[in-house]
Amino acid sequence: MRAKFVLSEALTGLWRNVTMSVAMILTTAISLTLLGAGGLLYVQIQETKDVLRGKVEVMLFLNDDANEQQRQTLKQRLENDHQLVRDVSFESKEQAYERFKELFRNSPDFVHGVQPDALPASFRVKLLDPKDYSDLANKYRSADGVSRVSSQQEVVSQLFSMIDAVKNTTFAVAVLQGIAALLLIGNTIQVAAYSRRREVSIMKLVGASNWYVRLPFILEASMAGLIGAAIGWLGLILGKVFLVDGALKPIFSSGLIPIIQWSDILLTGPILAFIAIAISGITGWSTLRFYVKV
Amino acid sequence: MGARCAKSSLGAGCAGFAGFRSPDFRFQPDPSPTRALSLESIDVITLESVSKRYPKSRRPALDDVSVGVDKGEFVFFIGPSGSGKSTFIRLLLREEIPTSGKVTVAGRDLGTLRSWRIPQLRRSIGCVFQDFRLLPNKTSAENVAFALEVIGKTRPVIRRVVPEVLSLVGLEGKENRYPSELSGGEQQRVAIARAFVNRPLVLLADEPTGNLDPDTSIEIMRLLDRINRTGTTVVMATHDANIVNQMRRRVVELDRGRVIRDQHRGVYG
Repeated sequence: MRAKFVLSEALTGLWRNVTMSVAMILTTAISLTLLGAGGLLYVQIQETKDVLRGKVEVMLFLNDDANEQQRQTLKQRLENDHQLVRDVSFESKEQAYERFKELFRNSPDFVHGVQPDALPASFRVKLLDPKDYSDLANKYRSADGVSRVSSQQEVVSQLFSMIDAVKNTTFAVAVLQGIAALLLIGNTIQVAAYSRRREVSIMKLVGASNWYVRLPFILEASMAGLIGAAIGWLGLILGKVFLVDGALKPIFSSGLIPIIQWSDILLTGPILAFIAIAISGITGWSTLRFYVKV
Repeated sequence: MGARCAKSSLGAGCAGFAGFRSPDFRFQPDPSPTRALSLESIDVITLESVSKRYPKSRRPALDDVSVGVDKGEFVFFIGPSGSGKSTFIRLLLREEIPTSGKVTVAGRDLGTLRSWRIPQLRRSIGCVFQDFRLLPNKTSAENVAFALEVIGKTRPVIRRVVPEVLSLVGLEGKENRYPSELSGGEQQRVAIARAFVNRPLVLLADEPTGNLDPDTSIEIMRLLDRINRTGTTVVMATHDANIVNQMRRRVVELDRGRVIRDQHRGVYG
């Protein structure tokens, strides 16, 4: 009886002010979509970092005039460096050229323009702990025969900072949209409380408990939040279908960035729903504290 | 008080409008139970030096008011507009808290009453207003039922109690009428039914006849009198001199927030 009463009051409330409800739901949905997308990107970056760290090699490029003895000394130093180095391999000029040709086989003109001996020989070092990159670089930069220390990490970190920027922008817009959604929720509750002021005053007069008076409004807000979360989730699913598995597929298929998994997206749904219900409920409740005095 | 009609049945002729003309009614012994209760002087309402000052107002709405209302009593609070009658009612409902002094209703000190207990207080007080305060989109039965629903009464209880109270206020057969299909007097009866359905200790009536013609007013007063005879304390704010003079009940007169007269079997003056 009570549950039915409270629920029907909440639904009537949403319907009575339907344009405002739609605005509130859409804003909530957009905010939550962006929040979810930001969250997925964040998880993505963490995963990518972990994956890449294991693979990243540091390259010690040798001077073209480095002689055999310098090369052997360097090799031994690296192999005996048990604090930093896990594995060392040598890549001669010829091997480097072969790899270069393989890498750019789709651009024969570009390959033509490069002389076979233009590429330096290098030691490729796998680190015990990828974070020690700069230690290694400092230690061997000035060693005999070394021209330059380079790491794929530099390339990777540029990529990361790009994704980070996208993620931060997404979060910032999500927060702004979230504020707009909160204001709309507050306003909707005010309007609802105003249009039901007769009922509310009578309820208070005959001694309905505060919760009983407020619950329909809070439920109204939470329901709108929940619908918003559902739409937001749908947005993420569509994003996965059309962006991740669609337009942006080439980026992900390079294998550098692990693809956003369905399981992550499915998990996002309940999280968004929880956030939406909690925040809109709290907003509704605190609005009522001002507008429906005891 | 309550003496005049105690021997006749509760109903039409009883409500104090015929009886008070009897020259010797004052000397009749009073066998009614309400009288017995009031002899024990159980105060249902007490105000101890209560003042209420609204912000931005030059003089207090109530100024050092001390007054007690016994259980089962029928009290008129009279006075011109702005004399403090409505503030008095609002204090009893704890819609306002006094600036100073102590208000007690049904043994509850309203000054120390926690806000989550206010609903309980209000369940022991019935309230009727000049403007009836009915929900226009609900029938008379639904209006009464609404008051029960929102305090969590079960459906069987509601189904049993609502027709009872509607027939008590004389609205049999009009259960399914909407307020717009009822006369002013009938609407006020619905409001009284709603206020009385929980058998409150106190019935507060703020100008209940203010929107009604004299004949209808008298019918409403008969109804309030009947309710009073069930042991319910009735506190009525009014400036309807005719009614006060006919009823001959206790009169507390307020003027500019002060009690200037407290008289048993009083007249409007």
